[in-house]
Amino acid sequence: MTDVQARPRRRGQGSPTGGIGESPSRPDGPPKVQGRFAFSSDLEAEGMLWGRTLRSPHPYARIVRIDIAPALAIPGVACVVTADDVRGAATYGLISADQPVFARDVVRFVGEPVAAVAADHPDTAQRALDAIVVDYVPMPALVDPLGAPAAAPIHPDGNVIRTVRIRHGDPDAAADVVVEGSYDVGMQDQAFLGPESGLAVPDGEGGVDLWVATQWVHHDRDQVAACLGLPAGAVRVHLGGVGGAFGGREDVSIHVHACLLALHSGAPVKMSYLRDESFLGHIHRHPAKMHYRHHATYDGRLVKVEARLVLDGGAYASSSSAVVANAARFACGPYRVPNAVIEAVAVRTNNPPCGAMRGFGAVQVCFGHESQMDKLASRLGIPPVELRLRNAMRTGDVLPTGQQITGTAPVAECLRAAVSHPLPGPAGDGVLERPGGAGRTADPHRVRRGVGVAVGFKNLMYSEGFEDDSEARVRMTDGAAWVRCAVAEVGQGFVTIAGQIVRTMLGVDTVVLEPADTATAGSAGSSSASRQTWMSGGAVYRACRLVADQVRSALARELGLPPEELTLTDDGRLTTADGEVDLTVAQAAGGASFEATAVHKHKLTQALDDEGQGEADVSFAFAAHRAVVDVDIDLGLVRVVQVATGQDVGKVLNPLQVVGQIEGGIAQGVGLAVMEEIVVTDGLVRNPSFTDYLIPTFADAPEVLATCIEQPEPGAPFGAKGVGEPPTISSTPAVVSAIRAATGVDVTRVPVHPWDLV
Amino acid sequence: MNGPKAAPYELVVNGTVRRVDGALETESLLRVLRDRLGLPGAKNACEQGECGSCSVLVDGVLVCSCLELATAAAGCEVTTVEGVAPLGNPPDAEPHGALLSDVQQAMVDAGGVQCGFCTPGFVVAIHDLLGRVPEPTTLDVREALAGNLCRCTGYGRILAAVEQVVALRTGAARRDSEKVDSEAGGEGGTVS
Repeated sequence: MTDVQARPRRRGQGSPTGGIGESPSRPDGPPKVQGRFAFSSDLEAEGMLWGRTLRSPHPYARIVRIDIAPALAIPGVACVVTADDVRGAATYGLISADQPVFARDVVRFVGEPVAAVAADHPDTAQRALDAIVVDYVPMPALVDPLGAPAAAPIHPDGNVIRTVRIRHGDPDAAADVVVEGSYDVGMQDQAFLGPESGLAVPDGEGGVDLWVATQWVHHDRDQVAACLGLPAGAVRVHLGGVGGAFGGREDVSIHVHACLLALHSGAPVKMSYLRDESFLGHIHRHPAKMHYRHHATYDGRLVKVEARLVLDGGAYASSSSAVVANAARFACGPYRVPNAVIEAVAVRTNNPPCGAMRGFGAVQVCFGHESQMDKLASRLGIPPVELRLRNAMRTGDVLPTGQQITGTAPVAECLRAAVSHPLPGPAGDGVLERPGGAGRTADPHRVRRGVGVAVGFKNLMYSEGFEDDSEARVRMTDGAAWVRCAVAEVGQGFVTIAGQIVRTMLGVDTVVLEPADTATAGSAGSSSASRQTWMSGGAVYRACRLVADQVRSALARELGLPPEELTLTDDGRLTTADGEVDLTVAQAAGGASFEATAVHKHKLTQALDDEGQGEADVSFAFAAHRAVVDVDIDLGLVRVVQVATGQDVGKVLNPLQVVGQIEGGIAQGVGLAVMEEIVVTDGLVRNPSFTDYLIPTFADAPEVLATCIEQPEPGAPFGAKGVGEPPTISSTPAVVSAIRAATGVDVTRVPVHPWDLV
Repeated sequence: MNGPKAAPYELVVNGTVRRVDGALETESLLRVLRDRLGLPGAKNACEQGECGSCSVLVDGVLVCSCLELATAAAGCEVTTVEGVAPLGNPPDAEPHGALLSDVQQAMVDAGGVQCGFCTPGFVVAIHDLLGRVPEPTTLDVREALAGNLCRCTGYGRILAAVEQVVALRTGAARRDSEKVDSEAGGEGGTVS
């Protein structure tokens, strides 16, 4: 044994604040409140031109002729590009490249890009668009998703984007009671506030730099480079400031167009959609038509669920094939269901393309399965909460895909927490506290209150064999750390979390996040699927561990100790068993520099087989919601008074940001329940504005009461699950359940309109 | 041709006279602030007066700058988010060195900021509200700020930010008045 008295003694100060479990303020907060944070629509460059996009006015038409000469004749117009100018791949897409950069012979939805112009002023660019002559021959549009599979193909890839079938257990199993219902979900929009925008700058050597608001710079880079016919290295995608995303920035929008215009004109080109164009220029949440049959015993045990789901993918595939698989996998809800027969189809129509939005397929089916659970509870005379508790999934249970849940699954805990919150008191006298608010004052005697509950769940990370690794590099010098990770910060607060991880792991005070781009960092994967805290947080964590290991070795050499005698603690301290050495990693490093790069991978997942069986998912997050509504039964107006929730979060890394995700996600779920719908008639979006597409305002947003269920998830960095999507999943059916309770009306479609209730 | 060019005109923006030369008559105040005067704080989320992201004060009145013709604001005092912080806080100061207004600080502290696109509009609108109504009820806040859309937060933390400012200001005002009472010979004594 070494003589204790002879051992080196090094004791440092405590660890810095702002680590894991605290709520340090966002590093991008000050510039954002000052108006100086550079969103993608704020970018400018010397000699910059303005780009605009010409879009199809028809849902389905043949293009006979495009004449750009009148546009080119306008002074101030630098160039016009069409399909003829696309030198690389003519099409792109998130999963399959089926969407043209510009339509050549045929347009398949209202809003499909046909040409783009660059000019010296936005007004000049608009006049140039107006001057382009396109001769169309309209064709009968396919707008009925149920008729799509049998209709004549509107695309070479056919009208069925993907069918997912799940056969689990005994498809002929029978039970005491059967409840059946059909449910529809309208088309919801992400409605992020920052419009699609960016700046493309030619590098003078044939390549281009693109600053753009996006969710995944590397996937953008690959798609843009392919369409430009350039090697990936010649296209550098930089994250422009992102004004919200919610799935709507997974697909490319201005990207290829702006780069083409920049390369053709030789000048920087800025593009920034106006709101009406934004509604046409990104994908939406899939409308769904769902038919369910639930079989259960008299004592309320689910025996079998049958579901047929049709999602309208619109004209191009986007992420439909993944969304429809999610809808199928989560169709039964977070319940033990021994037998299931599910068929989910994503079809192609001449409606606006649909793809990713917060909740990604789980939102639509949650409205279906939770409506069914209410119906079953009513049939059996079992309270809705009790029925759900009797069937609540827990660790060890097997999903309809055959995958066993090995992580945490606190469904019952979420539900109990949601319903344990105090109910709101009666509405006050103020008109703003009545349905309809000041505009349409309700008669208080004709207002009915209702309460409803719902439970939902969703996968974290990408699924079905997709390897969405993330890479991070951490450099530490003089008590400060620099993090290089190409995560798209879209508002979710990864920039805060990354700093917390580094402060906890290394004991540094100052953490600097370097800009996210494709040129200086490997892929971090997409800011979607509630995955960045786990995946990129995991990569930052691992890089910090590697740095700490280097420091441990250096310190051991310095102190003449065997490295194994220095322990790296969970809170980023290097200690000896006798306590004589106790330093943060940063203190131990002194003035020396250390750097490490790490990649975080999640466990491998599997594709689904023909029976829909397979270990398709990495992890799951659950939530329950209880909604309280007041309904004016004469006018059909709904006020969502309160939403209480219990949410499975694994571990809270930042309490303030978790609350922000929960409150914001619930607002979007409430929006889908009572107001948000893109109205499409014969393929035409009728309400592409915030005047007519309503999202919850301050006056509409309910009081939110939230309990986080902390059960650390095995395999997750710090045990934390992603928290962004669950709030948006079961809040919608909880509100609808409350509306049913208040009115007695059997509502089967969201959003619920006044005319559905009176 | 695009619309006619306006004769050169001046705007008084955040206390500074700014000359606008070469703009089109049709350009909104939002466009001129953003694209000609280098003040991108007012945001362009809908450009039809629905979202409040472009909120500014014109002669002390809260407006959507996207709905105001810039030429109509000629000679008016325009206050943007870049001008709400205390005097002595140059708008081009580095973020780490710049002072924040109490509203700005509360938005950061209370978690009222996520993507931040709506934030400048909220900051201006909250300053306007609390200037007119120093101690608003929750319903006052919800009504007054219903013209500012936020898609990220669900408004809960923005409400908390407003409450934080009200508490700070009323606390400070109470201390000031009690201090005055004390200095005037009242019985209150000093309040810490």
